[in-house]
Amino acid sequence: MKSPRKAVIATVAIGAVLAALTGCSPAAAPDGKITITVASLIPGSSKDAFAAFYARVQQFEKAHKNITLKPVEYQWTGPTFASQLAGGTLPDVFNVPFTDSQSLLQAGQLADITADVKKLPYASKFNQNLLQVASKDGKIYGIPYGPYGYGISYNRALFTKAGLDPNKPPTTWDEVRADAKIISDKLHIAGFMQFTSGNTGGWALTAETYSRGGRMETVSGGKTTVTTDNPQTIASLQYLHDLRWVDNSVGSNFLLDWSGMNQYFGAGQTAMYPSGSDVLTSLVQQNNVDPKDYGLTVLPTEGADSGILAGGNVATVNVKASAEEKAAAVQWIDFYYMQKLTNQAQSVADAKILVGAKQPVGVPQLPIFDQKTLDTSLGWIDQYINVPKANVAPFQDGVFKLTIVPEPARHTQELYAALDSVVQAVLTDKNADITALLQGVNKKVQALVDADTY
Amino acid sequence: MSSTVSSATRAPVRDRRTPLTWLKGGGLTNLLFMVPLLVIFGVFSWTPIVQAVVMSVQHTNLVTTPEFVGFANFVHVFNDPTFYTAVQNTGYFALLALVFGFPAPLIAAVLMSEVRRAKGLFSALAYLPVVVPPVVAVLLWKFFYDASPHGVFNTILSWVGIPPQPWIQSATTAMPSLVLEATWAAAGGTIIIYLAALTSVAPELYDAAEVDGAGIWRKIWHVTLPQLRPILLVTLILQIIGTSQVFLEPFLITGGGPANSTITILQLIYSYAFQNSLGGNYGEATALSLLLAAFLAVLSFVYFRATKAWSDN
Repeated sequence: MKSPRKAVIATVAIGAVLAALTGCSPAAAPDGKITITVASLIPGSSKDAFAAFYARVQQFEKAHKNITLKPVEYQWTGPTFASQLAGGTLPDVFNVPFTDSQSLLQAGQLADITADVKKLPYASKFNQNLLQVASKDGKIYGIPYGPYGYGISYNRALFTKAGLDPNKPPTTWDEVRADAKIISDKLHIAGFMQFTSGNTGGWALTAETYSRGGRMETVSGGKTTVTTDNPQTIASLQYLHDLRWVDNSVGSNFLLDWSGMNQYFGAGQTAMYPSGSDVLTSLVQQNNVDPKDYGLTVLPTEGADSGILAGGNVATVNVKASAEEKAAAVQWIDFYYMQKLTNQAQSVADAKILVGAKQPVGVPQLPIFDQKTLDTSLGWIDQYINVPKANVAPFQDGVFKLTIVPEPARHTQELYAALDSVVQAVLTDKNADITALLQGVNKKVQALVDADTY
Repeated sequence: MSSTVSSATRAPVRDRRTPLTWLKGGGLTNLLFMVPLLVIFGVFSWTPIVQAVVMSVQHTNLVTTPEFVGFANFVHVFNDPTFYTAVQNTGYFALLALVFGFPAPLIAAVLMSEVRRAKGLFSALAYLPVVVPPVVAVLLWKFFYDASPHGVFNTILSWVGIPPQPWIQSATTAMPSLVLEATWAAAGGTIIIYLAALTSVAPELYDAAEVDGAGIWRKIWHVTLPQLRPILLVTLILQIIGTSQVFLEPFLITGGGPANSTITILQLIYSYAFQNSLGGNYGEATALSLLLAAFLAVLSFVYFRATKAWSDN
């Protein structure tokens, strides 16, 4: 070699590059203790909310000396979940909505936790319909929790300000429209608004369709047909159209996703919006909503086959978890998500921490086991419930008389995404051809359904 | 004659290159020097490109075993009605950006070069939007575009008696609103390039033009623009490529709405890959990415061939 100096520099350079490239390999040193990463709260949650969460983590670690928890902030959204899944960065314990657990387990993405779940004292008590969302061929891949029904969240303070009685929320769609108009005219804000983007526009439209007795997908002889151009969806969209173009009572922002809408509501920009019954927790944690000003009623139902859209979350375990990690994960799911419903001491401990951290206790939910178990668990923490019961009574009293309808089963997220743009079109274009737009959605989503191999 | 002989005798020596002569000639050192670059470029640039090509003919969610599907992904893309909407929207964005966004920095640069005082201040002001982090700028504009009568822009319009505009809340005005923000955000960089180029225009040319009786407009038309031509040609193709890949503004401001009126090709690629939380369409996403890359490569090639003569002059 002509110049040894050059060669040395080159060798060092190569060495540096190789070192940089190999520097990323993971270092694992098992020390007898099991460490698992667990989903904590939505990024941006309040300090108090995190304090409450960490207090529960400490209690768990105290009771399970061999398990160390590593909480990571986590929020399920379609786009971020897909990249976390592909990139292998999901925590060991995470949650997905009901709509996704079946497809995920069929794609082999969820750990089989049957053996560990069967060890739980309440394993046989689950509402089987709910457990089905994360089970296949008798095997369990996740534990459902926090089921919600669709209702209308409303701002009681704004109702009062507009001269309406917050204890008598609207019970029919016509009343919703009339109240929205009054609020909008008097207070110059949106009287009523609904989600419009990030797949939530389709989600809310589906709930509104169910409330009028329609269905987005029908199954006959094992074949799924996409039926978004049903009369009830058309009526729901026509209703939104009239609120926008006749009454002008829906404000001026028609690009609102879940977080955006909650922010809008929290800022007093809209008086009513259809939402899951569990949204109050997030409204308090993220948007500073005072539970005293919050009201919840059922979504008005009318016509045959009408019902309430219900969904929820499934606590799941990463498929890459080892047997020990799986066992630890199920213990955490049991401790954090389930024992507040099944174990009096834990239920009280959880409620105490939440109250201490100014977090809502008593947010309306549907039963995971049965109504009696839910009522019993609520009885244990009665003195800690800080969500004014009267504020959510219209929902609590109404929901049990209604039929619960699950979300569409096939290509749910794509269906919702396609419907987003129809909702946006109706709210931004006075002459939108509703039927033609819905037929377009049918065509698009039906093609996806037909292309499935299962 | 002697030179012929010497070249004839030297030629075979040159042809007889052996690994040893290559080594003695410093070939290994050269190669070693190139290795870091080759490795970095190979790992971080070419590997993803090759992987994208492979993925475009597969059905994969990046987790389960990929399945070879031939050109099915490309067929799906062409059968998707949203694809044509996205192409149309991207073309519309590029056109608006060309008509309004391309001349704006040029005019600003020419005017600024004429300014005698506080040139630095104007340059700093022009460049400021480039310094603001894009996401921050976009979110600020989203706030300004509030369609209620109390929105920032609508309040300003009300001062001169113009009624509130829907801005991003209407399919008609959403795209021009995005172009306005994008032009504001990107103009600073281009202005600096033009300003630098303007300093290289020989002052004698202006003097000569002045002697010939040319006014300011004739000087700009006959001296400034021809002198800037090579730069203008490059910035034009860069702008076309940039606008064809627009993503940030529609993604953050409108999310492609209302009713897909601002969905662009890159955003469609994103939604193929990530909209379904189960990530089933990475194949279609890469297929569309390759189509866009191929289109832009052909466009650039044709553009440079077509403008070669013009540029050389």
